[in-house]
Amino acid sequence: MMEVKVLGTGCSNCKATVKLVEEIAKEKGASINMEKVEDIQDIMKFNILSTPGVVIDGKVVHAGGIPSREKVEAWFA
Amino acid sequence: MTSTVLNLSSKSWPKSFLVFSILIWYGLYESLTPISEWLVSLLPVDRQTRLGGALQFFLYDTPKVLLLLTAVVFVMGMVNSYFTPERTRVILAGKSEGVGNIMAASLGIVTPFCSCSAVPLFIGFVQAGVPLGITFSFLISAPMVNEVALTLLFSMFGWKVAGLYLILGLSVAIVSGWVIGKLKLENYLEDWVRNMPKAVASIGDDQLTLSDRIESGKASVKEIVAKVWPYIIVGIAVGAGIHGYVPEDFMASLMGKDAWWSVPIAVLIGVPMYTNAAGIIPIVEALLAKGAALGTVLAFMMSVIALSLPEMIILRKVLKLRLIIIFASIVATGILLVGYIFNAVL
Repeated sequence: MMEVKVLGTGCSNCKATVKLVEEIAKEKGASINMEKVEDIQDIMKFNILSTPGVVIDGKVVHAGGIPSREKVEAWFA
Repeated sequence: MTSTVLNLSSKSWPKSFLVFSILIWYGLYESLTPISEWLVSLLPVDRQTRLGGALQFFLYDTPKVLLLLTAVVFVMGMVNSYFTPERTRVILAGKSEGVGNIMAASLGIVTPFCSCSAVPLFIGFVQAGVPLGITFSFLISAPMVNEVALTLLFSMFGWKVAGLYLILGLSVAIVSGWVIGKLKLENYLEDWVRNMPKAVASIGDDQLTLSDRIESGKASVKEIVAKVWPYIIVGIAVGAGIHGYVPEDFMASLMGKDAWWSVPIAVLIGVPMYTNAAGIIPIVEALLAKGAALGTVLAFMMSVIALSLPEMIILRKVLKLRLIIIFASIVATGILLVGYIFNAVL
């Protein structure tokens, strides 16, 4: 089970990222536990500068903008 | 089908892809006038009537603005890939006031970030030791002086107006940030922000190839043009209506040069409004054609983009109310001056 966190204050890019990650994880048959982190103080603990950010098993794998499909696919390969 | 072909070529032949795209773009741009006239001639409307004029305006302006916008957003997307927020933070960390404000305002133009990132960006800068005033110069310039605003101003009013907007927009960002820095307002950050541990600014690897940068240009086009095109079409439609139907000089008494009070009123009306440059500039064009003064209209536009209420509400999470009020007053004063300067110069 992978712990996936999407960091973002709730703008449309953040929502699109959540949707994309869930969709691709399902396609790839990866079992994930998705958590949305919307509190700004919690987001800042990950030391990122731009949202949306993605954290997998405690490691920041992406920050700033919606990740590309290829990038997300690589996380679940 | 077309997109897969283009995709292939931009990954394996980045240079040919660029040359090919430029040729297609140029061909389309050059055929704008004949195509729009031809389309109007197909309609059951006399070209010489008001409706005919409005339709020709709409059919010429819409593709023109969209073409220019696509080109500039694409190029800026490639340029942006050299300036990540992380890199900008490293450049600005520990810079002294003055030079730092100028650099921050300039980097604001080329560093990409979406408006919902304003808060993380703000905190990240302050944590890494970027002085408060310099952080503000960046935050003011980034939304106000952006590629969408500049492209639209250029495509509708030419390079002089776009250049003046660039210079004055940067000046507002530089001077406002400098003043905020001088006022030593660090105490008005929210306590939890001041108590955050200091972070060391560092840059990750950046091994992007030309085709990666092309991809990032395409991604910007997809993101930005896809978002703003409805605003542009509505804006141009309203503009076309005003163009065809509102009498000449109608706006002169309301928003003309002689009405000195029109600049502050335009700013006051602008603040609670929230839209982007794309939605407002086509209307601006039509207002100007009917006698409104350029300074007044641009001050209105700047206050809509740079001082929006939603942004203030987001910033409230990190700034105490008093600092937000000071920030808004300083920027509003700068915009007022810009309005009067434009009116005086042009």
